[in-house]
Amino acid sequence: MTTLENNGRLTYAYAVLRRGARPPAGLVGIGEAPVHTVAEGRLAALVSAVPAAEFDQPQVRERLEDLAWLEATARAHRRVVDEAAAEVGVLPLRLVTVYHDEDSVRAALVAHAERFGRLLARLDGRLEWGVKAYAQATEGRPAAGHEPAARRPAAEAETGREFLRRRLRDRKVKDSARQEADGLARTVHDTLTQAAEDSRLHRPQDPKLAEAVAASGAADGDGHAPAGSRAAVVRGPNLLNGAYLVRREEAGAFAERVGELAARSPALRIELTGPWAPYSFTDLPDEAP
Amino acid sequence: MSYPASGAGSGASLADILERVLDRGVVIVGDIRINLLDIELLTIKLRLIVASVERAEQMGIDWWRDDPSLSAGARRREVDRENREKNREQHELARENAELRERIAALEGGRDALEDRKEESP
Repeated sequence: MTTLENNGRLTYAYAVLRRGARPPAGLVGIGEAPVHTVAEGRLAALVSAVPAAEFDQPQVRERLEDLAWLEATARAHRRVVDEAAAEVGVLPLRLVTVYHDEDSVRAALVAHAERFGRLLARLDGRLEWGVKAYAQATEGRPAAGHEPAARRPAAEAETGREFLRRRLRDRKVKDSARQEADGLARTVHDTLTQAAEDSRLHRPQDPKLAEAVAASGAADGDGHAPAGSRAAVVRGPNLLNGAYLVRREEAGAFAERVGELAARSPALRIELTGPWAPYSFTDLPDEAP
Repeated sequence: MSYPASGAGSGASLADILERVLDRGVVIVGDIRINLLDIELLTIKLRLIVASVERAEQMGIDWWRDDPSLSAGARRREVDRENREKNREQHELARENAELRERIAALEGGRDALEDRKEESP
């Protein structure tokens, strides 16, 4: 084990980039540790030192289940990867890619040199944008015609059974609205796919994940406290969870296109996130020479 | 942050960040082997959710508990409630019935007594 020789430190790798690419100065990673590059051949990795006490086996497995630790680690990882990606082409590595020392990082760069080089060439100058579309809450739509108020016993509240029947009817109305919204979401995806170089459809984000995060009291990306988990409920189901690969210089035009779509589709709530490093495009098919 | 367009987006929520850094990006195995297989990721997420559902309840967000389409427990409770209601109605009717019988009996008793007295005092 090299752990002891390294003073209880391990090397955490965030992203791969081209040797000689200049990421922004002063990046700080996990635990506010300074980020630097480890170069090998034509590639380099963004790394920082992390405490072995947290990242060595088997502790790290347990740590992953600790929401506070996971959040801090994920945010630091994201910050390094995306701040670097905003200026140079990077290949984001998955969370918790940890090596005993920098020599092991170099060995990994050698081992994957061909694939990394190809992906970097393909992704150079591109950033990822996330677009999510949610069905807009339809609470304003009454189940009209079904239940004339006059037929209800005057001055008497609904019975449980009546209440539940009304809920069922409301749900049916919502279902047809949902189908309509589904179609709109597909149109949004098709339009944005044409505006982008490449796109990926991800499975809809489980609303429970967003609710869970909101309920945990975690602040959002801008450091604001979340509006509360009720907001996630009102937002309606996630109908589209797409990632779009866009040239850096075309980001403005892409965002505008998203804005237009949002304005044209009142039945949807469309959210744009980014720019992200090209996390969703590291699975590009092998282009055999 | 130095993103030219970061104000345009809604900012990255923790859910968005987790979604990206847990599920996407290049997988290369480090020396410290963490088997981030999808199943394990799912476990992490599920635990996140489970932990937070309890929290949500503590915060009084429990609407889903009482929606029969969302919760088997709520469906069961609904049936129970209907049964209880029916039972209660029947009990209520039986009680009312008994009460009326008593009152009738009392009235009849009173009338009989009255008639008896009439007969006694010609």
